[in-house]
Amino acid sequence: MSEKNEKYKKVAYYPGCALEGTGHAYNRSTKQVGKALGLELDEVKNWNCCGAMEVKNIDPKIQTYLSSRVLSIAANEMGHDVVMAPCNGCYHNLKKAEYDLEKDEKSKEVVERISKKAGHKTYEAGEVETIHALDWIKDAIGEEGLKERVKNNLNGMKIANYYGCMYTRPRHIFPEKDQGPGSESTLEPHFMDDLLEAAGAENVDFPLKTACCGGAHTLSDSDTSTKLVLNILKAAEASGAEVIATECPTCHSGLEMHQIRAEKKYGEKTNVKILYFTQLLGVALGLNAKQVGVHENVSHSMEFLKEKGLT
Amino acid sequence: MPIHEEHLIRPENIKTKDNLVIDGIDVSGHWSTFIESRVVTDYNEEMEEEIAALPGGEFIHRCWQCGSCTNSCTVNAINPEFNPRYWIYLIRMGMESELLRDKDIIWQCVSCNKCTYACPRDVFPEGVMKATSHWLELKGHTEKSPSMHFDEVFAEQIIETGKIEEGRTIRNFFKRTGQSLTQDWMIQMVKNLISNLPVKLLISMGLANVLRPKTRNWAAAGAAISEYAEEKQEEQREALGLTELVEMAKQETESLESKANS
Repeated sequence: MSEKNEKYKKVAYYPGCALEGTGHAYNRSTKQVGKALGLELDEVKNWNCCGAMEVKNIDPKIQTYLSSRVLSIAANEMGHDVVMAPCNGCYHNLKKAEYDLEKDEKSKEVVERISKKAGHKTYEAGEVETIHALDWIKDAIGEEGLKERVKNNLNGMKIANYYGCMYTRPRHIFPEKDQGPGSESTLEPHFMDDLLEAAGAENVDFPLKTACCGGAHTLSDSDTSTKLVLNILKAAEASGAEVIATECPTCHSGLEMHQIRAEKKYGEKTNVKILYFTQLLGVALGLNAKQVGVHENVSHSMEFLKEKGLT
Repeated sequence: MPIHEEHLIRPENIKTKDNLVIDGIDVSGHWSTFIESRVVTDYNEEMEEEIAALPGGEFIHRCWQCGSCTNSCTVNAINPEFNPRYWIYLIRMGMESELLRDKDIIWQCVSCNKCTYACPRDVFPEGVMKATSHWLELKGHTEKSPSMHFDEVFAEQIIETGKIEEGRTIRNFFKRTGQSLTQDWMIQMVKNLISNLPVKLLISMGLANVLRPKTRNWAAAGAAISEYAEEKQEEQREALGLTELVEMAKQETESLESKANS
């Protein structure tokens, strides 16, 4: 058993704001999958927003501070050395804060100044490692471990794995990626493909894995977002996918919302289902669809899962 | 004959003639495409420096115009007018009036960072787009974009409570930009959501509107962030040469007020 394998069995858990709102089902399914796999999540105490995609446009260093506070609590108040964030936005921002605090003196100064005034210990780069929910399951359990635990094989369900932007870009904030065999690729990510394949899915060849859903402007420039989402939905269908698997609450709700908007506004109807990868892993592990929050999704997948004999 | 670097020329300045004779030589067919000559006198030499002074714009000077940003751009794929490489070129040349022709679309960058990924010179074009749209607003060339309104509503909520409650952010944003919340697709979305959910969860979601999610003991952090943000804004105004204008406006208002009072 590798060192990582043990280290990821109990991690600090940073759900973030979206997982308490529109991404509720992602929160529920992540926790349930963790439980089913015997992995322990210790929620970061009294956490705050990481700054999402918006605060950096006011000032990037405020985002660095916001993310650093979360890392500081996990490291200094809870004694963890790993923080797991399932939301791509949170994951990206914690990684970016780590990078900035390691490389940029000015960021350090600002974070130290605000941390002091806020009355908590300043986070120092290197105190914790930030990982995504995909890293967590992939390294703590792995494909083989997952295969052993699968109760309801996904039985060749055709899945397009959609990773979005913030899991791989910009590349420099993810130094552990692109390190050869076994590591994640920023150009053609595959961790979600690997896990779902182990659960019995048939991954389709999907060219828009890291395309943008327009999440940053989902409300401020809805027409652009609808066009971008429609591209993704149509490409998934053209690739033969029955389901798009997601790993980010912003992408997920963006796909759901603009699937409806595309139909209402442009008369473009698509039927591909949209599910969090944790929901798919959950039903494969024998949890029922409600336990992993399928009923909390905007798009309806209950019937589909029933037809597949998965719930 | 195709024009090299056509991206950098406005379509209306490209003239193609089917039949053309120059100095008695028939150049129809081959050498028939020309760029309209023009004289540019309104160079703004400060523009590059000012945009570089705003967050995200710092590395604009590194650009060597390879075009990887535009080539990889998500928005360019659905709107060819959206051209980061061209705007970086204009900013570095100081061609302000040319840049202003695209002032209403620059804010539409979706921050997907494909350009940042592709850029061989670490210009961080995504940051340059944000800095440029910010510059356009600060200089008064454009109204605040819907995106900036959204960022502000969002940041204000974090400074106040430490957390985001999406429902509130959405309502505040729609209010600030004067949009209706009852658009057909939005209603359909809520209908879909409600049709699946158990009553218990709906009640707890409703309560989230009353019991707002908050980070405890947040006041000191919120105040420190606010103080820092105000300092940065002041620095930016100074870098853009706006401080004097703000002072003048203040004095004018004060003198008008004192006149009104006396």
